[in-house]
Amino acid sequence: MAVAKRPLLRKTLLHVGLLPFLLFALFPFYHMTLTSLKQDKELYDRHAVPLIIRQAPTLEHYIKLIWETEFLTWTKNSLLVTILATTASVAIGTVAAYALARLKFFGVSTFGTGIFVTYLVPTTLLFLPLAQVVNWLGLGDSKWALVLTYPTFLVPFCTWLLMGYFRTVPKEVEECAMVDGATRIQALWRIVLPIAVPGLVCATLFAFTLSWNEFIYALTFTSSSDQITASVGVTSELIRGDIYFWGELMAGAILGSVPIVILYVFFLDYYVSGLTAGAIK
Amino acid sequence: MAAVRAEEILVPRGRPRITARVRGWLDREAILGPVFVTPALLLLLLLVAYPFVMAVYFSLSNAFIGRPSQFIGIRNYVNLWSSDTFRQTFQNAFVFTGIAVFFKVWMGIALALLLNEQLWFKRMIRGAVLLPWVIPTALSTLGWWWMFNSLYSVVNWTGIALGVMDPPGPNWLGQRFYAMAAVITVNIWRGLPFFAISILAALVAIPKELYEAAEADGAGANARFWHVTLPLLKPVLAVVVLFSTIFTFSDFNIVYVLTRGGPINSTHLFATLSRVLGIDTGRIGEGAAVSLYLFPLLVFVVWAQLRFVRKQVY
Repeated sequence: MAVAKRPLLRKTLLHVGLLPFLLFALFPFYHMTLTSLKQDKELYDRHAVPLIIRQAPTLEHYIKLIWETEFLTWTKNSLLVTILATTASVAIGTVAAYALARLKFFGVSTFGTGIFVTYLVPTTLLFLPLAQVVNWLGLGDSKWALVLTYPTFLVPFCTWLLMGYFRTVPKEVEECAMVDGATRIQALWRIVLPIAVPGLVCATLFAFTLSWNEFIYALTFTSSSDQITASVGVTSELIRGDIYFWGELMAGAILGSVPIVILYVFFLDYYVSGLTAGAIK
Repeated sequence: MAAVRAEEILVPRGRPRITARVRGWLDREAILGPVFVTPALLLLLLLVAYPFVMAVYFSLSNAFIGRPSQFIGIRNYVNLWSSDTFRQTFQNAFVFTGIAVFFKVWMGIALALLLNEQLWFKRMIRGAVLLPWVIPTALSTLGWWWMFNSLYSVVNWTGIALGVMDPPGPNWLGQRFYAMAAVITVNIWRGLPFFAISILAALVAIPKELYEAAEADGAGANARFWHVTLPLLKPVLAVVVLFSTIFTFSDFNIVYVLTRGGPINSTHLFATLSRVLGIDTGRIGEGAAVSLYLFPLLVFVVWAQLRFVRKQVY
């Protein structure tokens, strides 16, 4: 009762309750950043306090990462694969979603169920046979294998997400345009897509994030230093034998997340709305 | 309209008829529909359905990298079932998923309830809470790997400093139960935002009048939670739990980066064991059989999801 009557106290207590959750969510990132900026001398001093930087911070781990490893190549590969796979998947997903949401034709509901089922198939179920398919196509150990296979999980996702958005566009808007003589494709291109822009942004963001973060296909289908993506490069190439270069490793983990963090900062609200739409719709 | 006519006039003679005919076809739903779904359909047939059939075939054969394979029936499945490694993996998968999903549900509800209140810096707090979910898992797990390092673990340092651990503290990734606790912790860390934000969306949708009515009937905060909030969250919880169950069961990244399934297979999951068998040792048949043990679960989740989700959509 005492708490309920004092709104400020209640609000403060709520924030205190949130603190453990925030600490849990953010501490790993804080610790990674700190580690990447510490001098080796301090990093491997077992008597030093690990929670702060006592000695002067340094960028040497980042410099080593960029100049002495293939990190930039891995990042370029990641960007290439992600951009191509995302573009293709959003395009394929858009037309498929429009057809599912609006058109009546033979097999439409079977196809809808098929999309939903593949949306739920985890990548870990199919990586072994896909590795064989990739080899037969002559794409073994090539980043193009990733461009080809990432749409298998991106297209169902984009289709499912966009179908929800297309359903919210009133049919009448389109019908008006078609009464005025526009074809269906023109109506889709000029009327429906502009209205569904938030949905397209959402689908693009999520497709980008999912393919940037993809790990098991990249790990299985590629292995040469000039073909692998950032996630695979950092987790496999920076660890040589039993000697770990923790500073560089953490610098790589942080730089490898930068593109996603940039998108995230600018499009936070889309992430929040897309997360719920993708899972629940 | 004007633009459309101009185009028609500008195209050379002979072509208008064909374009007009194509355009007429494309305006018919029975034709445009299949045209629009063809790219997606081809992709799913060639790169999802076909590989799936291959996986089934592999699992029924003694396929080995670079060697012709023979059909051997369900021997792979039987052999796996009688191997200690697989049994251990099977048990791990249930322990891992059960504990992780349980914590994600309850922590997710608690976090969503907090986020649903009037807060300072609401947007920033939401952003912070969601962060673990958007960062590449393989990379953020490297951070956890460092945090659980046997010599320099910051977790142990803090525990010892607070007096809750005896020095040197547990060797997180080198002892069975601690290793399992570590991979579960990272899974909860990474999956919690999905639960919290989904549940939050459902909380926001609960009409305020219901709470007012309950309060007028004398229901306290506890009663309101158990009798108003929780029943109304059930549909969303069902969908989120099913969804998370399948992806937690089939998790790969966290275990691969943190423990590689060790120590002594105590953290192997289907996906990590399948990779070790299918890629590292080249026994594709057995590897495929391991991942296909996931299939009954997948069928169940799809069936349940279709019942819940289709009802809402169609």
